[in-house]
Amino acid sequence: MRAGRAAYLIAAPLALLYASLFIGRFAVPPLEVGRVLLAHVASLPHTWPDSVDIILMQIRLPRAVMALMIGAGLSASGAAFQGMFRNPLVSPDILGVTAASAFGAAVALLLSSGELELQAISFAFGILGVALTYLLARVYRTTPVLMLVLSGVVVAAFFSALLGAVKYLADPESKLPAITYWLLGSLNGISTRSMAVAVPPILLGAAGLVLLRYRLNVLAMGEEDARALGVRTEIVKGVIIVCTTLITASAVSVCGIVGWVGLVIPHWSRMVVGPDHRALVPAAMSIGATYLLFIDDVARTATAGEIPLGILTAIIGAPCFAYLLRRTRGSWR
Amino acid sequence: MTGSPADGQARAADDQARAADDQARAPHEPVVRLRGAAFSYADRRIFAELDLDVHRGEVLTILGPNGCGKSTLLRCIGGALTLDHGTLRVGGAELSALDPAARARKIGFLFQDHSPSFPFTVLDVAVMGRTPHLGFFGAPAAKDVEIALEALDQVGMLHLQDRPYTDLSGGERQLVLLARTLTQQPEIVLLDEPTSHLDFRNQVLCLRAVGGLAARGVTMLMTTHDPNHAFLFQGRALLMFPGKPPAVGPAADIITGAALSAAYGIPIEVFSVPRRTGAGEFRFCTPW
Repeated sequence: MRAGRAAYLIAAPLALLYASLFIGRFAVPPLEVGRVLLAHVASLPHTWPDSVDIILMQIRLPRAVMALMIGAGLSASGAAFQGMFRNPLVSPDILGVTAASAFGAAVALLLSSGELELQAISFAFGILGVALTYLLARVYRTTPVLMLVLSGVVVAAFFSALLGAVKYLADPESKLPAITYWLLGSLNGISTRSMAVAVPPILLGAAGLVLLRYRLNVLAMGEEDARALGVRTEIVKGVIIVCTTLITASAVSVCGIVGWVGLVIPHWSRMVVGPDHRALVPAAMSIGATYLLFIDDVARTATAGEIPLGILTAIIGAPCFAYLLRRTRGSWR
Repeated sequence: MTGSPADGQARAADDQARAADDQARAPHEPVVRLRGAAFSYADRRIFAELDLDVHRGEVLTILGPNGCGKSTLLRCIGGALTLDHGTLRVGGAELSALDPAARARKIGFLFQDHSPSFPFTVLDVAVMGRTPHLGFFGAPAAKDVEIALEALDQVGMLHLQDRPYTDLSGGERQLVLLARTLTQQPEIVLLDEPTSHLDFRNQVLCLRAVGGLAARGVTMLMTTHDPNHAFLFQGRALLMFPGKPPAVGPAADIITGAALSAAYGIPIEVFSVPRRTGAGEFRFCTPW
């Protein structure tokens, strides 16, 4: 990657993170944001009310950091899966993780669980869904990618049906709207506690994908080629699936279903840095982080209420993808 | 990024083991030694009791009708399939004792069908040949790129190094994949019908590259549909028959009109004509 482009990719999410702290209905001057942040690492005279500190540090910062993490994680997962499956239509939910996590969250809402319980149940179901897909796809000690895709379809359909059953059973006055609104996706009300639970799996998964990014190039040449080049394809595929599942289950467990990011951003990134995963995975993380934070800023500031994140990512993502498709005419660049 | 120190040590140990192997090996131990090899798919026997020695720098051409098991034999030698019976030593070691990376440092494999996916550059594709020399989280370094550039030069594809390999013609792509195989620096290269999708010129270019590499000491095992390819290398041939044990020997002895007719089930005749220039003769076969 060229140094100039790398600098942009590093600067963009950080710049938007800073901007996200001062934009919003409660306006804080940009310089005051800097002073408030500095006050947490150095001793500065407090010239602002405590409410400013609470809004910045306990509401806006966790929410913005979570948006960056989820955007980066979903985009890296999408890039990894598109390479591993050698298919441009693949997104991180191909193995059923999203459907299973959503079902888990709906069950938790039905049982009126607390925030962290919901997160844990949803995350656990996401892992369970992918584990089922993996076992279903296993034939003769290998997991051919076609079997993985087909098993993913089966598991996703199964959990979607279960989700439908939960909605059907839910009280239409209180529980059903809660489930429906939650599934549309939102980062509203992210606490530092839920962030502390969600961030480690995302970091772990993202670190794995970054470390394995050269193997993704080799895997993208086809499994037979990769094996001939000495790659233990079953192990590499297994590690990639674990990493993307940690990321996606964790993302769904905190913010519901945020579609399109993991599908569109890898394509967009490929246009910027090319298909080499050594550059593509970090670039997708930067672009995805910036994109989702931007969308979340729109979600919380565009109207008096809060626009669900999943609606915005699709409304903005679908035309973006259409533009990319037209521009690349369906090729991989 | 390069491999961790532990990987480096493992590789150094591996190199030492390889050097010790070389010393322990009889001076003329064949690079590929197959003894009593047998392989079947379910109830269909492909070959049995097969003995085969292939020596350093040799080109062995494997011939036979569709479905007789040419590719299967190649895949067994490459370790992609496991023999039912028999032993297989490759480069002085039992094949089954090698881990995938160690195997890929000894054996390169050029497949018949390769469906390209991402538009990686020609150089990036060639560099992937270094994968078995890297650690699990490793990526190629400058010296790996140099080896790949050298390999691209050997097959005459250096001028295309920055092009996306998806834009190349089938012949060029095959040569780039051959360069990737050479970048592995294997002792043995297995080629599964490397010329099957190539036009006449590209066939010749590919075969010349194969001959040139053999002259540098790389052992080549190649399946092909054209018996004439075996004559071009003046090496040995292995001719597989449906339902009969294969014949192995110098191409000129093995590939006769009678043998080809028996293998392919159509009348085929072999001719030899003196060269216009220089000594020797051309051999070629044709159906009639």
